[in-house]
Amino acid sequence: MSGRHLAKEQPDSFTFSKDGEKKAKYWIAKYPKGKERSAVIPLLWIAQKDNGGWLSEPAMRAVGDRLGMAHIRVLEVATFYTMFKLEPVGEHLIQVCGTTPCMLRGSGDIIKVCKKRIGEKNTISADGKFTWEEVECLGACVNAPMVQISNTAGDAYYEDLNEASMEKLLDDLAAGRKVKHGPQNGRHTSEPLGGAQTLTAKALYDGSRAKPLKKIPNAPKAAAKPKAKKKPAAKPVAKKGAGK
Amino acid sequence: MLDDKDRIFTNLYGLHDPGLEAAKKRGAWNGTAEFMALGDDWIVTQIKESGLRGRGGAGFPTGLKWSFMPKEVGDRPHYLVVNADESEPGTCKDRDLMRHDPHLLIEGCLIASFAMRANACYIYLRGEYIDERIALQKAIDEAYAAGHIGKNACGSGYDFDLYLHHGAGAYICGEETALLESLEGKKGQPRLKPPFPANAGLYGCPTTVNNVESIAVTPTILRRGSGWFSSFGRPGNVGTKVFCISGHVNTPCNVEEEMSIPLKTLIEKHAGGVVGGWDNLKAIIPGGSSVPCLPRDICDTVLMDFDALKEHRSGLGTAAVIVMDQSTDMVRAIMRLAYFYKHESCGQCTPCREGTGWMWRVLTRMCEGKAEMAEIDMLLDVSQEIEGHTICALGDAAAWPVQGLIRHFRHEIEDKITSYRADKSVHAVAAE
Repeated sequence: MSGRHLAKEQPDSFTFSKDGEKKAKYWIAKYPKGKERSAVIPLLWIAQKDNGGWLSEPAMRAVGDRLGMAHIRVLEVATFYTMFKLEPVGEHLIQVCGTTPCMLRGSGDIIKVCKKRIGEKNTISADGKFTWEEVECLGACVNAPMVQISNTAGDAYYEDLNEASMEKLLDDLAAGRKVKHGPQNGRHTSEPLGGAQTLTAKALYDGSRAKPLKKIPNAPKAAAKPKAKKKPAAKPVAKKGAGK
Repeated sequence: MLDDKDRIFTNLYGLHDPGLEAAKKRGAWNGTAEFMALGDDWIVTQIKESGLRGRGGAGFPTGLKWSFMPKEVGDRPHYLVVNADESEPGTCKDRDLMRHDPHLLIEGCLIASFAMRANACYIYLRGEYIDERIALQKAIDEAYAAGHIGKNACGSGYDFDLYLHHGAGAYICGEETALLESLEGKKGQPRLKPPFPANAGLYGCPTTVNNVESIAVTPTILRRGSGWFSSFGRPGNVGTKVFCISGHVNTPCNVEEEMSIPLKTLIEKHAGGVVGGWDNLKAIIPGGSSVPCLPRDICDTVLMDFDALKEHRSGLGTAAVIVMDQSTDMVRAIMRLAYFYKHESCGQCTPCREGTGWMWRVLTRMCEGKAEMAEIDMLLDVSQEIEGHTICALGDAAAWPVQGLIRHFRHEIEDKITSYRADKSVHAVAAE
C-alpha cells in the first residue's frame, strides 16, 4: 500500500471550469441511472486537471456533490488511486517508471538526471517548472526506460530514453519548445529498433481481406448462405468439452 | 514461425491507419452481422472449439467462461466488461491493440456481448493510457457513426452500447472483481467469490470480464474458423499470441507469434537475441512479473505455452518475457518487484498487506548481504504463508517471484551474505 495524505494547506474553494463541466456531464451519461457514482474516477481526474494538476479537498467535495456521494467516499477513492496527486506539483509532472523491466534498461540513469536537474522527488523545482517521482510499471516495457510527463498539454509517454535524451527533453520543456511524444530513439512504436521484421506482406493491406466472405467456417448447413434473417440459434454439435 | 497471413493484428505497430476505413480494408467488420445471424450459441461453440484460453494471465478457456452467463436475460441486464487495465510489469500488448487495431477490439466487444446476451459493454482502461484512451474513443465514435454499434448494430437488429471507462493508477484493478468495484466508483478492493461475476458482477448483474486480447481475437476466429486458430501451438495451448519481449535483448519489441514457440527462437528471431549472445543469459521471467523466473538451462529448450511453463513451475501469464543477462543482480531485480507488490497491495488482507512489505524489506537487506543465512528459508516460508491465503491472486503474484528467486538463485543471496560478512570480519580484525 502507498500511504497517502491530503496536503496540509488547502485552498478555500474549487469550481469546475466550463470545459470541465461539459466533460463531467459526458462521463456521467455513460452509466445507468442511479449509478452515477461510477463516474467518480473520471470526475476526479477532470477536477485534478482543473485544479492545476493536483486534487484539493474542496475539489473532492465538489465531485462528491456533483455525484450525490458522501464526501468520505470520494476521499477514499482519491487517496486509493495513485494518479491523484494530493499535493501541488510543478508545471510539468515527470513520472519515471522504475519497475524491473525499466530498471534493467537504465531507469536509474533517468532518475539520476531528474535528481540532478530537479532535486529530490516529490518536490517542486525552484523555478516552479518541474516535479518528479518514481512510479510503478506504466506498461510500455518494450520501450524502456520511459517517463510520463503531465502538463497542460496532456499526459504523454516519452520512451526509449537514455541520459542524454532525458537531459534534452528537460531542456526542451524548460524552454517551452515542442517535444515529440513516444520513442526518442527513432523507433515508430513497439516494433524492433531498425524496423519491423513482421507484418511486411503486401497482401495484408491491399483490400483483399475486405471482400465478402465466401463461406462462414463451420456454419450449420441450413444457414450456410449468409444474410439469413435471424433464425432460432442453430443447435451446436459439440456442447461440452470442446474448449478443453 | 508464424506467417504474416496468419497474424490477427496486422497493424500492431501502428504503421498503417488505425481508422475505420483502413481497418475494414484489413478485414475488420467483415461478416459481423452474418456471424450474429447464426446465433449466440453458435458463436460460443466456435470460441470453445477454437481452444482460446484467456489472454490476461490466468488462461481460463474463454468459450467456457462465456457459457457461464445465464441463458435467459431476467430482470437484471447482462454486461461484458473488457479488462484493459494492463499493468503487469513487462506487459504492453493491449496498449498496441487499442491504439493501433481498435476496431478489432470493438468488433469483438459486439460479438462477445451478443454471444452473452449483453446489450452494454464497458472497457476499463488503465488511467495512465491517455493517448490510448483518445485513440480508442475516436474509434468507438467512428463505429457508432457507421452504425456498426449502437441501435441495430451492423443491421443485425441487436442494440449494443459500448462505453470506455478509465481507472487512475492501481494495479489491483486488473483483478476482475477489484475492477468491478472500481467501475462502480469505489476503491479497487477485490470481492470474495462466490458469487462469481457471471451471477453477480457489475451493479449486481451477470457480468463477464475478459482481457482485451481475448476479445479482440474473436472476430478473426469466426472469420477464419476455429480450426484455423487451433492449428497453431500444442493441444490445449493453441492459437496466436502477442508476446512482449523486454529487458536485456538487442531489440525489445512486441510481436504476434504462434503459441508453443520455443522461448529461445522467440528471442533470437524477433528481439535480436540476448545482449552479448545467448551464453550471456542469466534468467528470464516468461510471463510478466508475477511468474517465477527461469534460469538459463531451462530457457534453452522451454516452449512458450501454459503447460510447458507450468511443468517448470512458472507460467505463461501475459506472455511478457523479461530477459536478464549476466550483468543482472537477481536479488535486486526481484527486490524491485517485491516493492511493486508492496506498493500495489490494496491492503484488504493481512497476509498480503503486511507480507509484501515484509518481503521487500528483507530482500532490501539481502541486496547488501545484511541478513542471516536462516532468513532465506524464513523468507521462503513467509512467501508460502502469503500464497493462497488472500482474497485475490495478488498475494500469490507477490510470492511467486520471490520463490523463483530462492529456487534458482539461492546461491546469489548466499554469496551476498557471505561476502558482506567477510568484509565485516576484515574490519573487525583491523579494529583490534
